[in-house]
Amino acid sequence: MHIDKFTPKSDMMMLLGFAAAVLLMPLWLQPFGAAYPDLMQRFAIFGLFAIGFNILFGQTGYLSFGHAAFIGVGSYTTVWIFKLFTLNILPAMVAGVLMSGIFALIIGFICLRRTGIYFSILTLALAQMSYNLAYSVLTPITMGETGLQVEAADPRAWDAPLAEGAVPRTNLFGIEMTDFGGLAGFYICAVILIVGFYIALRITRSPFGSMLRGLKTNQNRMSYTGLNTRPYALAAFVISGMYAGLAGSLMAAMDPLAGAERMQWTASGEVVLMTILGGVGTLIGPFLGAVAIKYFENIFSAIDGAVLTSALDFLPDFLVSGIVPVLSLFVGKGWHLTLGLIFMLVVIFLPGGIMEGYRRIKARFSKSGQE
Amino acid sequence: MSVLEISGVNKTFGGLRALDDVNLKIEEKTVHAVIGPNGAGKSTLLNAVIGKLIPDNGTISFSGNSMIGLKPHKINQLGISRVFQTPEIFADLTIMENMMIPLLAHRDGEFKLNAWKRSDQDADLQEKAAKYLEYVNMLGKSDSHAGSMSRGDKRRLELAMCLSQEPKLLLLDEPTAGMARADTNNTIDLLKKIKADGMTMVIIEHDMHVVFSLADKVSVMAAGHVIVEGSPDEIKVNPKVREAYLGGAEV
Repeated sequence: MHIDKFTPKSDMMMLLGFAAAVLLMPLWLQPFGAAYPDLMQRFAIFGLFAIGFNILFGQTGYLSFGHAAFIGVGSYTTVWIFKLFTLNILPAMVAGVLMSGIFALIIGFICLRRTGIYFSILTLALAQMSYNLAYSVLTPITMGETGLQVEAADPRAWDAPLAEGAVPRTNLFGIEMTDFGGLAGFYICAVILIVGFYIALRITRSPFGSMLRGLKTNQNRMSYTGLNTRPYALAAFVISGMYAGLAGSLMAAMDPLAGAERMQWTASGEVVLMTILGGVGTLIGPFLGAVAIKYFENIFSAIDGAVLTSALDFLPDFLVSGIVPVLSLFVGKGWHLTLGLIFMLVVIFLPGGIMEGYRRIKARFSKSGQE
Repeated sequence: MSVLEISGVNKTFGGLRALDDVNLKIEEKTVHAVIGPNGAGKSTLLNAVIGKLIPDNGTISFSGNSMIGLKPHKINQLGISRVFQTPEIFADLTIMENMMIPLLAHRDGEFKLNAWKRSDQDADLQEKAAKYLEYVNMLGKSDSHAGSMSRGDKRRLELAMCLSQEPKLLLLDEPTAGMARADTNNTIDLLKKIKADGMTMVIIEHDMHVVFSLADKVSVMAAGHVIVEGSPDEIKVNPKVREAYLGGAEV
């Protein structure tokens, strides 16, 4: 079996290609109808979440079903900084990442006492516990079902007070997230995504990255090679938790409110799907998976019977009236069905996800080039 | 001078006495084989030495330090490497990466958060990895996938990984089990080379051909005891050994 060799040069090319693709999203997403800032921000934020998640799941081999909890911690911390100190997103995001790191250290310390399915169940249980606490005991901090919101009257220690009734807007040293029709917010997310990708790349190629892959492949050999496996797994857990916290922080920075629904187990499950769909253990795959899923969620769910009917206008009427009810099952509220089908096809035919598809196509072309 | 000293070690599993007052001294720069019929307690003894299980009583000391209760990774860091019956390598990784992990563990200890430097730019480690791959005659394959090699190649890689940590003691659990004849002979030749370079080894083995071509000293175990100890030639003719282990048949 051939394994691609990565050199500093090939990695630099990959980073540049990734950065160009991300920064040019407003252009190349145009034909797909996805070039609006709100959706592109989500691509970047969930891409970041999936890239961080992959450090734990893809590299270290620990499947966490509770990473949405760190999104929640990042979001709540960020909104609290907005309320108490400043609407500048930088300190709020630093605080969000640090707080989710601390939270991940505690949860990781507990959950990593077990491996395999037991680890997964522990993460799921603790994340669901956090979710329920956010709705019950912790309502003074989380505001329960209303969600935590930023208001004009909040006592921001570092900012000049806002006029009564003014809408509090988050900013980065004066640039508001909604500036340039929301593109300011998108580009902040995009730059953070690229930096996050670069850090993940460095981790992957480092000795620490080798240790994580060793842990995934053979824990027994790791122990008998003189390595203490627990702190390595814990470090991977904390790093991926911090990525999730950063993603949660960014969500709150783009839209300054935080709600517990972000912490639900379905959100934890979604990032698992993203990683598998894109390619477990690859660097770019999880980002592609995140884009694919968010695209389906937003574009397919917007298609309804009327849109289908007009799209199939060229067909004879009796066919349209036959096909539309069937296709309608797969769009609109039924977009999950399409996603489920695609997910099944990918897992069965391309277990390595989108990235494996890419590698196969590349291999076919380079083979036919040699002949 | 003895490197490893096992004295008065007992271990029971329920009603079964797996180790019954076992005493063993491993001298420096010797190859010491432990043989015995199935269920004699050889593997239990090995597991007690490497920290996989804790004996009920008795002492195990390595260069004068007690090892009882130490975790496997601590025991490895003291300078004991282990080769498994089924080669334990990192099957999903390349041969080079398989070599980097033990080298890093030897240099940086049991944990180091070294997450920024590229490991493929560490000339010193790359050079060491190449040196040990060359020693086991595997240089030139370093970018290929470790999991898809033959059993004999996996064993050679495992030995290179262990040797790269410059251990003071190498423990081998049936190093040729399940191998084709050619692979067995290659492995014996490699082990002879390692022996000639002055490594202290403990080999647990069933294959008499392996034992008699490598061992300086042989301990025979039966029912949790060490019943006889001596040179390979003494063991061959010892009537007690024939009775317990060889069932009286000709060797």
